[in-house]
Formats: sequence, structure tokens, C-alpha cells
Amino acid sequence: MLREAVLRDEKDFSACSIFGMMSPSGKRVNGEPIIRAMANMRERSNGLGGGFAAYGIYPQCPDLYCFHVMFDDHVARKQTEEHLRRDFEVCDSGPIPTRPCDGVENPPLLWRYFLLPRSTDDCDIGEEDRVVRVVMEINVKVDGAFVFSSGKDMGVFKGVGFPEDIGRFFRLEEYEAYLWTGHGRFPTNTQGWWGGAHPFNILDWSVVHNGEISSYGINRRFLEMYGYSCTLHTDTEVVAYAVDLLLRRQGLGVEEMAAVFAPPLWSEIDRMEEGKRKLHAALRQVYGSLLLNGPFSVIISNRRQMIGLTDRIRLRPLVVGSGRDFDYISSEEAPMRLLDDTVSETWIPWGGEAVVFELKEEAVPELTVPIEVFRSEVPLAARGTGRAEG
Amino acid sequence: MISYLWPRFLVERDLRRCIRCGVCTRQCAFEVHHLYEEEDWVYSDESACVGCLRCVTLCPTKALVVRPNPTQPPPNANWTTEYLQNIYKQAETGGVLLTGMGCDKGYPVYWDRMVLDASQVSNPSIDPLREPMELRTYLGAKPDSLEVERVEGRPVLHTKLAPQLELAVPIMFSAISYGAISYNACESLARAAAELGTFYNTGEGGLHRNLYRYGKNTICQVASGRFGVHADYLEVAAALEIKIGQGAKPGIGGHLPGEKVTGEISRTRMIPRGTDALSPAPHHDIYSIEDLAQLVYALKEATDWEKPVSVKIAAVHNSAAIASGIVRAGADIVVLDGIRGGTGAAPTMIRDNVGIPVELALAAVDDRLRREGIRNRASLVVAGGIRCSADVVKAIALGADAVYIGTAALVALGCHVCQRCYTGKCNWGIATQDPRLTRRLNPDVGARRLVNLVRAWSHEIMEMLGGMGINAIESLRGNRLKLRGVGLNQEELEILGIRHAGR
Amino acid sequence: MSVGKGISVIRRGKLPRFVEDSTGYEVVLRAEGLHWRELNRLVKREAARGAARIKLEGVCGHRYIGTGVREPVELVVRGVPGNDLGAFMNGPRVVVYGNAQDGVGNTMNGGEIIIHGRAGDILAMGMRGGRILVREGVGYRAAIHMKEYGNCRPVLVIGGGVQDFLGEYMAGGLVVVLRLHGRKGEFERARHVGTGMHGGLILVRGEVGEQQLGREAACVPADEGDLEILGPLVEEYTRHFGGDPDQIMSGVFTRIYPRSHRPFGGLYAY
Repeated sequence: MLREAVLRDEKDFSACSIFGMMSPSGKRVNGEPIIRAMANMRERSNGLGGGFAAYGIYPQCPDLYCFHVMFDDHVARKQTEEHLRRDFEVCDSGPIPTRPCDGVENPPLLWRYFLLPRSTDDCDIGEEDRVVRVVMEINVKVDGAFVFSSGKDMGVFKGVGFPEDIGRFFRLEEYEAYLWTGHGRFPTNTQGWWGGAHPFNILDWSVVHNGEISSYGINRRFLEMYGYSCTLHTDTEVVAYAVDLLLRRQGLGVEEMAAVFAPPLWSEIDRMEEGKRKLHAALRQVYGSLLLNGPFSVIISNRRQMIGLTDRIRLRPLVVGSGRDFDYISSEEAPMRLLDDTVSETWIPWGGEAVVFELKEEAVPELTVPIEVFRSEVPLAARGTGRAEG
Repeated sequence: MISYLWPRFLVERDLRRCIRCGVCTRQCAFEVHHLYEEEDWVYSDESACVGCLRCVTLCPTKALVVRPNPTQPPPNANWTTEYLQNIYKQAETGGVLLTGMGCDKGYPVYWDRMVLDASQVSNPSIDPLREPMELRTYLGAKPDSLEVERVEGRPVLHTKLAPQLELAVPIMFSAISYGAISYNACESLARAAAELGTFYNTGEGGLHRNLYRYGKNTICQVASGRFGVHADYLEVAAALEIKIGQGAKPGIGGHLPGEKVTGEISRTRMIPRGTDALSPAPHHDIYSIEDLAQLVYALKEATDWEKPVSVKIAAVHNSAAIASGIVRAGADIVVLDGIRGGTGAAPTMIRDNVGIPVELALAAVDDRLRREGIRNRASLVVAGGIRCSADVVKAIALGADAVYIGTAALVALGCHVCQRCYTGKCNWGIATQDPRLTRRLNPDVGARRLVNLVRAWSHEIMEMLGGMGINAIESLRGNRLKLRGVGLNQEELEILGIRHAGR
Repeated sequence: MSVGKGISVIRRGKLPRFVEDSTGYEVVLRAEGLHWRELNRLVKREAARGAARIKLEGVCGHRYIGTGVREPVELVVRGVPGNDLGAFMNGPRVVVYGNAQDGVGNTMNGGEIIIHGRAGDILAMGMRGGRILVREGVGYRAAIHMKEYGNCRPVLVIGGGVQDFLGEYMAGGLVVVLRLHGRKGEFERARHVGTGMHGGLILVRGEVGEQQLGREAACVPADEGDLEILGPLVEEYTRHFGGDPDQIMSGVFTRIYPRSHRPFGGLYAY
């Protein structure tokens, strides 16, 4: 059922609102501000999808992978759990806490799993690659199951509804994060479904996206060559996988990634000095199939960075601003001013120019409790959420 | 022996318009028209007419009409004019039926069974006349990833890319040899390629010394006959192409009859004047795939690894597996030439019955290379029946990096596809070495016509890309979501990797 | 005095109108908590009742302010107005104390918009009349398809820089770019200026690189005539936003103009 809803259409695209806020010093806030920001841009979504990514929400176990999974039924859940147990030690699991909420109907079963990868003799494939493989396997093979969050010390919360309703449904006021991204969806050719909402996530990477990527067909075929299964038929999913491929697996920098997704025109490349010209020409020659063509603005985030990027001729909006404690990237300027009257400067980034906000070195969240100790303690699910309750 | 053939065409002359000027007489190398000045009469021997329309086009008073002969054998769905005439010809001569240009049978043209997408609302169509629209294409092997080093915080490219051909438009001129066509036609192609920032292909007939100056825009072919292949020829080329097969005549060789081996052709092909130039069916140094690799690397070694090496095959049943082997044998470019691809001369039965439509081969090859994870390692070029810019767009969406146009280019030069190239009497001065005929094609005009054609197609391609909301050709390449099938069955859709229109 | 949701104060008075030789009253509307439809309904109602000035406080993303108002009323906006500020506007004057978002003056036919800050993308798209003055820089595609017809000749003055595609498809009207404020390189990096331009005029303070222009646009140093056009506009700009007009005028100016009124005449085969 989960996937049936979407397979009818080859691709799902949407016009949306996106918002991101990050504290470079690692200061955490709960989900209320970003819910307000998304509500301010309600015009840009139509109630068929909303979601959030939050980083730093599971400080008790920052080194465990936390899978957020949606299920059609408990059969799918059991199948998935069997799958998980093959590759992971399941340190804890339970339903994701929610509350009934007007405007949020027929949620699937929503569970989360705190996972420790089993050590393996298989040296050919690294731990993260294995996690990606498990996510792909579950999403492709287990009918009625969909892993929508698979990072560490972070989580994605999303579903069908306006973002502010989804935020209340998932009790986001109970989580504290130093980096939040949010998305309100306005799907144009598919009925909304829970898995199709943004953010899209793989490992620590999550993506919220506004626009339609006209190059989806080839982006997807290119990624399939590298073992990514694009199960959701959405253009945003390919962005998440492309980020994973370029940054994590192939070790390119954010700047190069931006030059792949939204490359300078050949006329600009031809004018560059030699070293730079060679680099940009090679990036286009080799990764031309990953050019994200068509209007888009995205916020890409991981545990250390929040990156804003628009297409090379900037057909979708993106505004950037900085306040005292938080930096912001948004579809519109109004919501960042609504949240924060310390926002002094705002600007519009150039098309294809990545705006990168980074966590300060000393602000890296550390593992405070050894996993062994933690595992034997009170079950995470029983603690409810990541809220610091002492 | 009396010939049982009857004229294929009727030549009708409006005597009120005809001024007995003799243009038709002089223009027709097939000697259809005869002017009897004293009797103030022009007689047309229709049995010699090939329907090339040269006389019609040049008649100053538009006095001529050439049309298919309405005289037909008794109606019969099986025994049509074509089959009867073929049998009469063979009964009279004992010879193999010969023809020119590409297959004219009504096999499905899949380009015509696919339609393109356009944006509405959710992504804007782009206005290509004003907004940037990039067609630049690079042909050559690409690595699976790039290594970029940080030097003093700045990214520096560490990977060295294999040699690439830079095309300003994803359209090149197919391999057509000097010999099959005239020097002037070759020069027209060379100059047009240079002006357009693309490439033309020498075919297997060597490269005339005068055309060495267009080397930067020349792909030099190495075929089984190795005509004119020597160190300078390899050196001057921008890329080299090993011709394994040709869409018009897969699996067979060919020969340029000795009559056509004139002084210049003899010098260019480096064979004695007046001898038959024989192209063997296979390369006799390639009997298997590892031998192909040996030749690929021989050419790379001969040119200091500075030029991409292309391998051209005819589209046949197992093209996908063959292409995979070619890529693994080190080719930088794979060319697929489909059943509708042209030729200067081919046995009719071969031309019309051997090979497969290039659309299907392309889809299968692109899929196979992707499944094997080696699609980056080589570029794909398709040839054989590209008739218009929409065909180009569809080919690229199916998975091609670029296309070759041969017939279309010759049509731009005046060819009317009469299919008599093998006679050497081309009235348009293209497929002939007769100096009286070749001077009809002025390379200045020829180059201009080709440039105009490709420019016009480029504009149209940009319009189509813009409509799809794409502003760089690489986002179309292999983007089969931009295609939908019309009137195709499930199997065809599956091979092409597209959905039916309406879905 | 509170007289209804969103309206906190009404001062009846004899306030001179910004254009006509008549007077009206001033009203203050509080936008917080109001949907844009409610806010704009109040604006239209007050304008119809004869307000000379409507102050909108606490605006935050409210769309279409000034749209559908035909009366000669002055709207004073505090906060960040939402997209399509003044879309299809024909009459009012809008003054924004803050930054504006995307789509300001979309297909505007008359009236005036003064922005004491920045504006976003597609400013003055298809604008046919009236004037827009922006204190600072603007985003992508400013003055796209701006046009003129009959007596209508739109004017857009940008105090800062611009991003790509300024004056794209431009068919008429006047754009002035003063480059007085903004981030480093905010004009120099702009590309595709005047691409597809086939009418109108763009005057830029400072020099313009050839590589910045689209195929259909050309540039030359501004001449006396251009400076005559510029003078009063620069004065108007400094009147609103401060600065020394003489100092601004003392720099070099460049005129960007269309190479042809029919750039695509030769495109088709027959």
C-alpha cells in the first residue's frame, strides 16, 4: 500500500516551502520555532505533505543508527525487524511518539530502531555502505515498509498534512536540535503519501527540496549504476542519493558537488583560469548525468553542515540570513524575521552557488555515555523522546 | 535479349513551356533527354530515368514533371512491380541486385512511434532563444569518479581524463568515403564541420591532402581495406574510428570499382589507378574481440594515447553484447549504425533485410552498458536514418551521446535519394567522380547548406529541450522519461524502456 | 481605539493624498495573525472608504499587498511583505520599510512602490507603467519583459546591484542601476543582462563587461541625453533614501540597449 500509492506515477514533483535553521555553536532549540516558520509559509504547500529533519536529538546514543520506519501493518514490521537483526544489534525499538492531531489522518505504523551494526568479516564494504544497502533492501523488498530516516543522532519526521500539523503530530516540541530543516509540500501530480513527504534521508544526509527536476530520468539511471534504488519515484530522493555518492563515497567537496548539481555554463567555464577550467570541465563531463536540470532550491544537511543551493539559473527562490544564534536558509524572508529579530543581514545566493553553514569545531556533539552502559539501561522507547529531561 | 523492364518514371513535358534550351539534356547524366534542334523537338527516354529530379529542378520554364509510372503489372499484393522488375533484371544479367542509400522498406520507424514531453506549470519551459541552452557534448571515455585534491584550500583536479572530442552540437557527419562521393562533397562536409564545431568522418577512403587542414574536425576511419591509412592520416585526425560494420550492409565488405579509382582517388587511397578497391568483410586482423582490443590499442599507441578511438558496428541482433565487448576492449566511442543507414553501394537483399532498426539497438546497448556499470566508459553514437532534429532529440533521450547524419547531410547538398549512387552518374555532383558532374557542387555553397541545416536543427533541438524544462543536453541524454510510445506493443516498450503515451 | 480584528487605530483627519488634490484619513492595520486575504480585504475596504494612507504594521509574508486597489491611497508597510507585492497594481503608492520578497510589481500598470531595503527575484516582471524605487539590491530577472505602450512607460530604479538576467526579454521602459549598496560583486557577477532585449533602456552606474550581456543587448557609455534622463531619477532616489545626487551623478554611466527590435526575425525557414 505504501508504495502502491506512488508507483502509479513515474515521478512525483512538487512546489513547496523549505526552511532550515542551524546554530553554529550547537545551541539546541525545540521544534516550535521551525513549526511557526513553516506555518508562516503555509501558502506554499497544500496539506499533502510536511516534514522535518532534526539533528542532535538523540544525544544519549549519538553513535547508534536510528532508523525511523513506516509500516502498513505488523506483518511488514516483523519482516523488517528480521531483516534488521541480520545486520544489526537492535539496541532498542518502539513506536515513535505521536499525538492525535487534526489534519493528520490515517498515519501508518511509525517505529524507530536504535541499531548497532554487527561486526563483520566482509571488509570489502564499509559500515555506512552496509547501512545504505540494508535501507535499499528493505525499501525495495519488504512490501509495506519504508525506512525514512537512517542517520545517527538525528531523525526525520514526516507525513501527509500541513507541516505545522505534522510537527504537532510528532510532538516536535519535545525534541531539541541544533539543526532543523522543514518542508511543506504542494504535490502536483500525486496524491500525498507519507513516504513521499520531505525530507529525504540516507545516513546523516537529508534533503528538502522545492521545484521539479526535469533531469530526473537520467539522474536516476546514473545512480542506479552505482547501486542506488530509487524506490520512491521522486526527484528529491535522487538528490539525497547523489549527495551520498558524491560527498561520502567519492569524497568530493561541497563546492564540487554544487558544480555537479548546478554547474556554471560552458561559456563561464571557458573563461576560467586553466586549473579551475579543467576541474569544472571534468566535473561536467564525468557527472553530466547528475546535473539537476530544472528549477530547484534545496537545503542539504548533515550532522555538521547546512547547505543551500539553487539551480544554475535560479528558477526557485532561496533567501539566506544570519541571526545572533542561528543561521537561516528559507524559501522566503518573512519567516526568518518572524522567528528571530536579531537577523541583521539577508541575501539571495547566486544560482549554483552553495551556501554552507558549518558547526563550529568545538560544537561537535560527543558521545557522552558509552554504548555498553547505555544499552543495559532503561529502554529508549520508554524514555519517550530525546528531550533532555534530566 | 529483349529487356522486359518498363520505365519506373514518366517524364511529362509541357510543350507550351519548353523552350528547347537543352538544360535537361545537359543536366542528365543518365541521358534521358535528347534535343533535336533541327526538328525543334526534345525526346525523353524514360527507361533511363532514375527520378533524381535534377532536370525538373533546373528547367528554367518549369516545363517538366517526373512522376512514378502509373503502368503497373496486374494487381497482386505479392508480385509487385519491385519484385517483378528485380527478377527481370536478374534473369537478363545473372547479377546481384545492387542499390544505394538506405533501406527503403517499411519497417517500423521507432522515431515516429515516440513522442516527446513538455513542461507545463510545475517546471517552467525554458525560452531557448534568450535563456542559456547548452548543446556542447564531449565524446570519450569518462571515469566513474573524479579525484579532487585540496591544495591550499583550493580544489585541484587530480584525475587525468581520457581524450575527449568536443562537439558544439551533438550532430556529426557520418563516414562517407572519398570515392563514394566527390572531392567537393568531402570538402563541403569538412568545412561545415569546422565551422559548426563538430566532426565529419572520412569513411574508409583515406583523406585527400587538401583536406588535412580540417584535421581538427576530422574523424579518420580505419576499415578492413586500410585504404590510405598511414602515419600522417592517423596523426592529423581528431579521432580514429575502426569500422567493423555498416548498417546498410552488415556482415559484408564492399568494393569501389576500378573505373572510379581515378588519379586523385588512387593517390588518396594509396592504391594503383584503375584497380578495384576491395574492402574485405572482416578485418583480417580481427577474428575475435581480443583482436579488436589489439587494434584499438595499436591505434592508441600509434597516436600517443591522445585521440579517442571509436568502433562502429552495424546494429544487429546481439548488438548489446557486442557493444559491451567493444567497451571492454578499450573503445572510447561506440557507433551503432542501423538498418536504415545509407551506402554508396550495397546488394539490395542485404540492405533491405539484414540488421535491425537503430532505435532498438540503441536502447538495448544503453541498458546493457548501464546494467554492467560501464556506460561511463564509452560514448554512444547512433547513425542510420536520422532525418530531422526530433529524431536527434529522441536518440539522445534514448541514450545516445550524439548522432551521425549521412543521408540527411547529402540531401542538404542536393541528393534526392534516387538510390543510384553506385552508378557514379549522380546528377547532383555528389556520388560521382565525373568532373563534368562534380563541379555542379560548389564547396562554398555545399558547406553553407550544411551549416544552415545543422544550425536550424540546433535551434529546433533547443526549442524542444526548452519545452522539457532542460537547458543542457546532458540532462536529456538517457532521460527516457521524456519519451512516450505511441502504438507500440508491450515488448517494444520494454525494449525501448519507455512508457506508453497516457501513462 | 480598537474597532475590529486587525484594525487598531483610526485617525480621522484631513491628510493630503499623495497624488490628488484631495484629502483623506489615515488608518493603521495590524497584520499579525491575519491571513493575507483578511488583511487585503481590510485594505480594500479602507481605501474605498476614502483613506489617504493605510499603515500596515507587523506584516510578515502577507501576499498581494496593493493588488486590486485602484484608489490613490498610500500603503505604508512595516515588516516583510509577501510575494507579489503590488501585482497588477494600478494607482496606489506602496512604501515598504524593510525588504520585499519575490515578484514585486508583477504586471503593474500604474502607481508607485518605494522599498527601503532589498527586493527579491522577478521584480517588475511585465511591468507596463508606474515606478518602483528600491534602496538596495535586487535578485534575479529584474525587469523581465518590462514593456511600454502608449503613454505608459515604467521606471525602475535600483540602488544596489542586480543578479543575473536583468532586463531579460525587455521590451520597453527604463531601468536604472546605481550600484550604491550591496554585497561585493553584486553587479559585476551578473550575467545574461538584456538577453532577448528588444526595447527599452537600462542605465547602469559604472562600467559593464561585454561578457555580462546577453546576445541581443549592447552597451555604450551613456551620453548627455541619458544623463538628462538620469538626473531627476537620482534626485528622486536620494529624496527617498538619502545620499548626495551630485556625487552619484559624478560617476561614469553605461547605457544598455537592444541591438534590434526584432532580434528573432531571421529565425524561421520560410
